[in-house]
Amino acid sequence: MSRFSRLLALLAMAVLAGCGKPEFSDAEKKTIASLALSALSPLKTDTTNRFADVPAAAALGSTLFFDVGMSGDGKVSCSTCHKIDRQFQDDLPQAVGVGRTNRRTMPLAGVAHDPWFFWDGRRDSLWAQALAPLENPLEQAGNRAAYAHYIQARFGERYERIFGPLPDLSTVPANASPLGSNAEKAAWNAMTDAQAEDVNRVFANIGKAIAAFERSIAPPQTRFDRFAAALATGIQPQGDDAFSPEEILGLKLFIGKANCVTCHTGPRFTDGSFHNTGVPPVANLPPDRGRIDAVAQVEADPFNCFGAFRDGDASACGELRFMVKTGPELIRAYKTPSLRGAATRPPYMHAGQFSSLDEVVAHYSKAPASVEGVSEVHPLQLSDRERAALVAFLKTLAE
Amino acid sequence: MASLWRYVLAGLGLAALLAGILAAVYLTAPQSPRLASSEIARSKKTANGLFVASFEPERGVIRQGELQSWLLILKTGAGTPVEGAAITISGGMPQHRHGLPTSPQATDYLGDGCYRIDGVKFTMSGLWQLHFAISAAAGSDTVVFNVLL
Ligand code: HEC
Ligand code: HEC
Repeated sequence: MSRFSRLLALLAMAVLAGCGKPEFSDAEKKTIASLALSALSPLKTDTTNRFADVPAAAALGSTLFFDVGMSGDGKVSCSTCHKIDRQFQDDLPQAVGVGRTNRRTMPLAGVAHDPWFFWDGRRDSLWAQALAPLENPLEQAGNRAAYAHYIQARFGERYERIFGPLPDLSTVPANASPLGSNAEKAAWNAMTDAQAEDVNRVFANIGKAIAAFERSIAPPQTRFDRFAAALATGIQPQGDDAFSPEEILGLKLFIGKANCVTCHTGPRFTDGSFHNTGVPPVANLPPDRGRIDAVAQVEADPFNCFGAFRDGDASACGELRFMVKTGPELIRAYKTPSLRGAATRPPYMHAGQFSSLDEVVAHYSKAPASVEGVSEVHPLQLSDRERAALVAFLKTLAE
Repeated sequence: MASLWRYVLAGLGLAALLAGILAAVYLTAPQSPRLASSEIARSKKTANGLFVASFEPERGVIRQGELQSWLLILKTGAGTPVEGAAITISGGMPQHRHGLPTSPQATDYLGDGCYRIDGVKFTMSGLWQLHFAISAAAGSDTVVFNVLL
């Protein structure tokens, strides 16, 4: 064989070997790195809750989170719906507390990173959020005066070590709240302003303790994160961390043609914002218009960032101050949920509309029009193989 | 010998075919929005040429998912600072049919034609547009800035 022909043969082999399509483009690699858990920035301090990072407050908050005494009927706690061994949710299409609610229980991993809370974002801090289920007649169905008395009786000493002396509650009615039954409202209205302020202060501190606990609920590492870490360092993911061709296709679709990453973005797979995705309403539930109806509620909440119970200064209130208040895009817009762990906690969407990831992906593929407002998602016309690949990828976020 | 040449030729043929397929795949793959540098310029004339506007993040860098302050600097064509302007802001992501996640406002006049625009937030990567309606003694005009994340 001549030297020349040997050279040619080598060249041909090099061309063939080097020409294999790289698994991911540089742009794709960058996006994948931005989704890895390692890209999650540390939790910012919450200046509106000066107890947010006080361990004793988190410990009391944890006690309260699991305590069924924190309810009107003595049977329901936060953990009735937010179950610690079920990603802090309950696997039901609509949550059940003292009554049956109209929405699905939201999982809580990493929730403290968000600017808005609930599917419609009708609360603007984790501590203000915690106060809502305590008084919601369908959830814990209690009232704030009763909670203040309960805290004094059961946890007085622990409370005072964190928040300072409890107010004198001896003349405060056993049951009273501006949001309760007619009798509770009447009792509330008969209280002096000072008494109401005292009760509200204890109530807000209950929320601040619970929020301190919730800040510790973090999303765990997944197979996707190990895959992404390997990809970022340029080493071939090994063994279980390696993705199958189907999972790779799913990931490519997620960050490419299927556009999922436009909303399910960043290491928590959420932009923390609100979108109409054309999810159909559930028959027999009251009308649910999502974000558009939440704006007035968060503005009217006395425990919001502008209210008297915020710690620190109003510079922390940017989200509320610059909130979008009107516009057709708020109609039936819901908070983008994190997709971490989603594969192992059906059903899906704000009222449990879909019972499997297959149904979810089929919904995005078809992208039906919204019953009200305009859906932001466009039909994708995914093949069977592509739909299965997306589901396979989503599963890597829960392994 | 002749057989080796056949392999080499076949190899080269295959490589060419592969290159062709790859080119087709890459050329038809969805493209991230590309803009001429003039379109993402941080400084430009307003629509009717009344002002020259520049728009930049107050702290220099754009951070996705965080509330930020930006600065809008307004000068006349002759370079004099525009004072006392009323500014309203709207915008969104043209490719995703949605508006801005926040409603930014001009919150401060810092002098020298410089206005602080507070409450700016970009929740995702991609092309964002901010529309400014500006009204000052010289008249009213608009300008659109593209921000690519
Ligand atoms: C009856 C079941 C139930 C109980 C009890 C309950 N929750 Fe929830 N939780 C839900 C449901 C349902 C939602 C969504 C409701 C909505 O959007 O209207 C939710 C939403 C939340 C959210 C918002 C998460 C997010 O991503 O925005 C947080 C935080 C939360 N709950 C914490 C708590 C805490 C703290 C308690 C106890 C004080 C509590 N929950 C009690 C069912 C419950
Ligand atoms: C326009 C923004 C947007 C896009 C694009 C988008 N999503 Fe969503 N996603 C949402 C919102 C908002 C919800 C909640 C909707 C509701 O409850 O009504 C959601 C819900 C989900 C859920 C259910 C999670 C849960 O806990 O209930 C899954 C799974 C999901 N999306 C996957 C995807 C996939 C896969 C794609 C791409 C094919 C995608 N999403 C594209 C915004 C988006």
